[in-house]
Amino acid sequence: MPANKVFASCNDAVADVFNGATVMIGGFGSFGGLPVHLIEALAKQGAKELTIISNMGGRGFEMTKLYKPGGYQDIGALYAKSQVKKFIGAVPTLGGLPFATPLEIQHREGKVDIEMVPIGTLVERIRAGAGGLGGFYTPTGVGTPVAKGKETKVINGKEYLLELPLTSDFALIKAHKADTLGSLVYRGTARCFNSVMAMAAKTTIVEVDQIVPAGELDPEAVVTAHLYVSRVVEVAR
Amino acid sequence: MKKRMDEATMARRIAAEFRDGMVINLGYGMPTLCAAVDLGDRVVFYHAENGVLGYGGPAPDEEKDYELIDASDTPVSVRAGMLFFDTGSSFDMIRGGRIDLVVMGAYQVSKTGDLANWGRTGRPAAGMGGAMDLAIGSKQVFIMMLHTTKEGAPRIVNQCTFPLTAKGCVKKIFTDLALVEVGGQGLVLKEIAPGWSPEEVQALTEPALMIAEDLKEICV
Repeated sequence: MPANKVFASCNDAVADVFNGATVMIGGFGSFGGLPVHLIEALAKQGAKELTIISNMGGRGFEMTKLYKPGGYQDIGALYAKSQVKKFIGAVPTLGGLPFATPLEIQHREGKVDIEMVPIGTLVERIRAGAGGLGGFYTPTGVGTPVAKGKETKVINGKEYLLELPLTSDFALIKAHKADTLGSLVYRGTARCFNSVMAMAAKTTIVEVDQIVPAGELDPEAVVTAHLYVSRVVEVAR
Repeated sequence: MKKRMDEATMARRIAAEFRDGMVINLGYGMPTLCAAVDLGDRVVFYHAENGVLGYGGPAPDEEKDYELIDASDTPVSVRAGMLFFDTGSSFDMIRGGRIDLVVMGAYQVSKTGDLANWGRTGRPAAGMGGAMDLAIGSKQVFIMMLHTTKEGAPRIVNQCTFPLTAKGCVKKIFTDLALVEVGGQGLVLKEIAPGWSPEEVQALTEPALMIAEDLKEICV
């Protein structure tokens, strides 16, 4: 029998995230694609010195109320307890936000380092990591601050930057349905970074709206193969 | 204060450029207003970086679905033919030259079409998001922005002082005062807001503007 991947709670599913771990967190911006319950569980669990890889730096509970009535826990919850030492992502914060985010405040105080990466480069670095590649050349960022310190190469007359792969110890993922083997399907724009990050971590932990018996997902529609997935938790949203 | 065009009017003027069948990406903030413009018989496909093609206008409150949003976190509506993909595929489309047109906001545009639209003094953690990829990958880059800053300083400048998004990528700049095209010889004032003179627009623009022979009043 294959190992049981179905976990009873998000708290159980993140229990072994260790101090100093690198954690990818899926989603793109707001609620829909974010594994909000796994984030909340990680905040409760309390692992420290984390490196977080995620598209956005999070807005913090207060600001999430602007996006969904009642608010929700996003990555902002992890800074509140000083769990993060480094953030790698494309939108640590947005210039247009009405007030400073938890990451912005901690960055100002010198508690969190930020590595800023254009979204297309971020997602491709994760794909490169997932696919066992040593990196890739991209035209994105040539002639901008992103190019600083990077190897450049002219290919067919066009300049490119060398970008290196990203992998992680854990990935926290939101999917729509999982089967008991761990295969995943997504819903709408909640696929975003989730299906990519699911392939790049040693341990991929997924919160889903529903778990179904193996054989009940349409094999033509499965997006993430179960071999990538370590744990699934069914959570009502 | 002389009256400038409002955002909805700017959006309508930009949407007049949308051609049947185009794949169009609308950047964060003001450009998303273009999706609400009625295009009549024209059919375009809105692409959003998170991973959707062919979404409809902003969703009414009672139909809000948090798993159907654009890249600015705005819930959008279902449209026949709409489809989803992951963010990696989305940026393959962007860098691979499949986006016909992107409309983005900007802090500054230079006379050679350099774009600065992410980093500003005082907000060091503000990220570039997908702007760098869209700027280098899209077939055409249009800018939708206010002509001047809150303090009245020009946003169309000789050289960007804010960090660059990409060099020489901008084709047309739509502001609340004018439509300015970035040409090989420099910036061309093509259209102007009702009630404004070329001299008044020039006074709020750092580089010299060439006046188009067929200069028109902006009409929407």
